[in-house]
Amino acid sequence: MARQDSSDIIFRRVLAIFPISILVLVAGLFFQLISSSLPSLTKFGASFFVSSVWDPVAENFGALPFIFGTCLTSLVALLLAVPIGVGAAIYLAEYASPQVSKVISILVDLLAAIPSVIYGLWGIFVLVPFMRHSVQPFLGKYFGFLPFFQGPNYGVGFLAASIILAIIIVPFIISVSREVILAVPSVYKESALALGTTRWEAVFNIVLSYGKAGILGAVILALGRAIGETMAVTMIIGNNPTISSSLFSPGYTLASVLANEFAEAAGNMYLSSLIEIGLVLFLVSILVNILARFLIWSVTKGASEATK
Amino acid sequence: MKKIIGLVLGLVVGVSLAFADAVLINGAGATFPYPIYSKWFDEYGKMNPGVQFNYQSIGSGGGIKQILAKTVDFGATDGPMSIDQLTQAPGRIYHIPTVMGAVVVSYNLDGINKGLKLSGDVLADIYLGKITQWNDSRIAAQNTGVNLPNQGIVVVHRSDGSGTSFIFTDYLSSVSSDWKARVGKATSVNWPLGLGGKGNEGVAGMIKQTSGSIGYVELAYAKQNNLPYAFLKNQSGNYIEPTLESTSKAADGASIPEDFRVSLVNSSNPESYPIVSFTWLLIYKQMDSPVTGKAIVDFIKWAVTDGQKYAADLDYAPLPSNVVEMIQRRLTQVKY
Repeated sequence: MARQDSSDIIFRRVLAIFPISILVLVAGLFFQLISSSLPSLTKFGASFFVSSVWDPVAENFGALPFIFGTCLTSLVALLLAVPIGVGAAIYLAEYASPQVSKVISILVDLLAAIPSVIYGLWGIFVLVPFMRHSVQPFLGKYFGFLPFFQGPNYGVGFLAASIILAIIIVPFIISVSREVILAVPSVYKESALALGTTRWEAVFNIVLSYGKAGILGAVILALGRAIGETMAVTMIIGNNPTISSSLFSPGYTLASVLANEFAEAAGNMYLSSLIEIGLVLFLVSILVNILARFLIWSVTKGASEATK
Repeated sequence: MKKIIGLVLGLVVGVSLAFADAVLINGAGATFPYPIYSKWFDEYGKMNPGVQFNYQSIGSGGGIKQILAKTVDFGATDGPMSIDQLTQAPGRIYHIPTVMGAVVVSYNLDGINKGLKLSGDVLADIYLGKITQWNDSRIAAQNTGVNLPNQGIVVVHRSDGSGTSFIFTDYLSSVSSDWKARVGKATSVNWPLGLGGKGNEGVAGMIKQTSGSIGYVELAYAKQNNLPYAFLKNQSGNYIEPTLESTSKAADGASIPEDFRVSLVNSSNPESYPIVSFTWLLIYKQMDSPVTGKAIVDFIKWAVTDGQKYAADLDYAPLPSNVVEMIQRRLTQVKY
């Protein structure tokens, strides 16, 4: 056993402060959210999660449309962003020349640093008119038999918000996935190639399978960003608490209603309900994270068994 | 090292001596009057270098919360405090009107510029979803000679809690009993339908882009951005263009109560535009500090008299003289 010098002990204890402070922070946050939303928790109970009414005048509150909006936009954003993000990462790591890869990687990191209000403004002035004049009429005409592409076409709504979210999270997926793919030891890939696989087979079967956990980690990071994203979504989702199967419909998210109404909320029950929205957002994030970790765990378990 | 510390100390002492008799007044609240307030703070500060202002435009709700908690010297709001809120207060709170603002109804109809005529009940029924087409007979009846399109109406409202929404829903409640019962008035309400835009710019953006849309923004915002707006029918049956003059008229001749907690929507003055409101400063009748108290009262006296000349340039309607006299009487009751 290594000699325990007093400096080692001090260093270890000092270091331990940092992770503990994270725990304290999360616990404190959770406690504060619960205690501030107690009036609303006791008044509405479970009906808060299933009621669709949000009426500040009558002080009657339910969060279902907001939960729906947050989950739907995040999910659609992931569906759009994951293929693009992982595809781009594979290209940058495996196929692009080093110069091209470097330039594009810098641009990707630049995209990740743009404040979301800029994306929101771009959404209002460029994306929303484009959705209204081109994308949604096209979808309505050729895919209108699906329930997702029906109803009046405003431009703003779930689809526009999901696309903005996808644009915001794609850089995270590219950046992290590229690092993960680059970190795959080249022996594996070279062995596969030496055994006569094509490049496509090597990438798909060896590199992606080896990097699966890391890529899923990138997706979770992106999902967290999508769930919590506020400004850009608020500006283009239409801010109407509706539950609809159509992506053309205007909607609302948990983060948006907080951003919109918190500053002017004066009544105690109103304020408490808004804080409970924050609590729900917190819980949704935790739940989604747990689900995603579970997914990673099950996937990597399968992978490690296969290599045995 | 000692020299540097000495220098820093000297500087600190010197600076604090220089500002020893300066009064810092903290305020928070409404965003709507922020441009005129900052102009006033600037102009007043030039004449009275000893008085400094710190105003956080965090919204009316925040202003009310902070004056109740006494974390600021004055609050500011676009909607009067409720009786409930006033009884929560640790002392008597005075509402002091500073300027007046109007909310205009804007729309996007091909070939129709400003001046579409609308009455309050029609507007309420549009926002209730009872009137859904632009060529509805009730709209057409008020606009003979105007070629109204056979097009669906896209309703736009503010998504963020705001004094503008309060004034607008206050008006709809006053002209439609159905609206009053089903929706009511507040800074945020349960809108029966429509798209929500964040801020005046969000609403204006949606109106500009969406053909067939209707929405509401502050008069100042509509003028500065050249949005088309409707002429609204007032209580006397006249269709009135929203201007600073027709806004000021709403308080002229109206019966204003002593505490100024009055809604000016749907004024009985035949020349007044109907969607108008005061914006108020909130102060305690019994000020905690004699120095700050005096500074605030002196400032308000100046703002409602000499300060009013800055209002029109920033597209706020100045207070009519009868209201100014009432405020001056009210201020004599403030104790510090």
